[in-house]
Amino acid sequence: MTAMPQLESNSTADAKAATSTPATRPHRVSSDVPFYLAFGVIGGAYVLLIVAMLLADAAYMLLGDNEPVFDPEWSAAHPVLTAMLDNPIGAALSKSEIQYSITLSLVACTVSAILSLWVAVPIGYLLSRHAFWGRNFIDAVLDIPIVLPPLVVGLSLLILFQFAPGWLQGQVVYQIPAVVLAQFSVACAFAVRTMRATFDQIDARREQVALTLGCSRAQAFGYVVLPEAHRGILTAATLAWARSLGEFGPLLVFAGATRHKTEVLSTTVFLELSVGDLEAAVAVSLIMVAAAIVVLMFARMWGARNLSI
Amino acid sequence: MIVVDNLSMEAGAFRLDEVSLQVPTGEYGVLMGPTGGGKTSIIEAIAGLRPIKSGSIRLGDVEVTRRKPAERDIGYVPQDGALFPTMNVRDHLAFALVIRRSLPSLIEERVAEMAKLLGIGHLLDRTIQKLSGGERQRVALGRALSFHPRTLLLDEPLSALDDDTRSQMCRLLKEVQHRTGVTTLHVTHSVEEAERLADCQFRINNGGIVRTPARAS
Repeated sequence: MTAMPQLESNSTADAKAATSTPATRPHRVSSDVPFYLAFGVIGGAYVLLIVAMLLADAAYMLLGDNEPVFDPEWSAAHPVLTAMLDNPIGAALSKSEIQYSITLSLVACTVSAILSLWVAVPIGYLLSRHAFWGRNFIDAVLDIPIVLPPLVVGLSLLILFQFAPGWLQGQVVYQIPAVVLAQFSVACAFAVRTMRATFDQIDARREQVALTLGCSRAQAFGYVVLPEAHRGILTAATLAWARSLGEFGPLLVFAGATRHKTEVLSTTVFLELSVGDLEAAVAVSLIMVAAAIVVLMFARMWGARNLSI
Repeated sequence: MIVVDNLSMEAGAFRLDEVSLQVPTGEYGVLMGPTGGGKTSIIEAIAGLRPIKSGSIRLGDVEVTRRKPAERDIGYVPQDGALFPTMNVRDHLAFALVIRRSLPSLIEERVAEMAKLLGIGHLLDRTIQKLSGGERQRVALGRALSFHPRTLLLDEPLSALDDDTRSQMCRLLKEVQHRTGVTTLHVTHSVEEAERLADCQFRINNGGIVRTPARAS
């Protein structure tokens, strides 16, 4: 005990504490509650922000008093139908240009998501499995659409097509193909990232076994790798679809915002805002939110079902 | 017969220079050596999964050095089995034959044969997620033998198993090799496995391979 370094202390209690060896003193840690509380509050604030934004949209639309669409007598006779239709979403849905924009959005996003998959699967696979010359360069190039300002993507597409032959230019620029191409240019980069991560997670050893069992590369890919990648493929498709739905900058520059022609939902929000119809803009935004949620739920449910296999 | 002649290869940090080994037809060869010594690389080179710098590989009387893995007539079982997660046990046993477009009757016959040989008849319709370590290795072995290859390559097939299962699998491997007569090269770092299984033993030493006498039994 005397060999212990003696701390300077006056009170006897302190002296007692100082003389007890560290080994005999039980090690105590402070409560974990503040840790989880801090993390919970920080994380919760962001979740709250997201939910609050959407709720505000919905509240704004429901509380706002818009012009009654229907004849008062008809409304009195059909209260349920009136409640369903006589709100900004109902009003928005009844406009022909918005119906057109919804249809074009659904079709263009789906086409762009499918195109993205067709491109992302081969690129993702090659990048993941083969160390070829220039791989790092290609990897960097694939990041360009992700980091480039969206307007620049649109402008670059527009400039690119200045060099295209006239007939091609006429078919694409400011036409529906431009909508799909603008969406695809950005969405595909996200799909490639997802597919590469998917293939990275799949053990290459299984393909090698398939090769020794008599498979060609294509057979090993088709029978062994692709079935294993199906969840990643679904995720990539969902991501590409959602990106395409939200695409706006490149569309405006490269496809224009012509009603009944190249107008998609994001363009509609912009057009309605620019003419001061805030309610219609919010209504269309909510339609987009609903579409995004449906796609997200679809992907989640599908993924979860496959998890249990 | 497995003949590796003056094989040289480089893989990352290590290199093998002009190593040779020879397993006579129908025998069970065991290749030992320290971890990271290139055992797996040699197996992969024989299977055609890893490029070599020089040397030649013959399986039976066929020179396979430049052939694709699919055309070498080898069964290959890697360390963790590398089963296909989207297929059930029956699909694994049938896979090589389906790829070869065999007749359905032959496929059925082989699946039954492998199931009997390896004692996995009751597992045929199971997904592989529900198999134990030993069962997985049996399925991997059945998949590798299903097309009656001339050569069997085993890369530490027992290292992930517990002691009891390993001992059981050792017996099974010996028995299967005996029954099928397949020329086998088994890579391991376990002296015990080598003692129990080997007809001929090899050891990787300082970048070369030496043949060590098998136990006198």
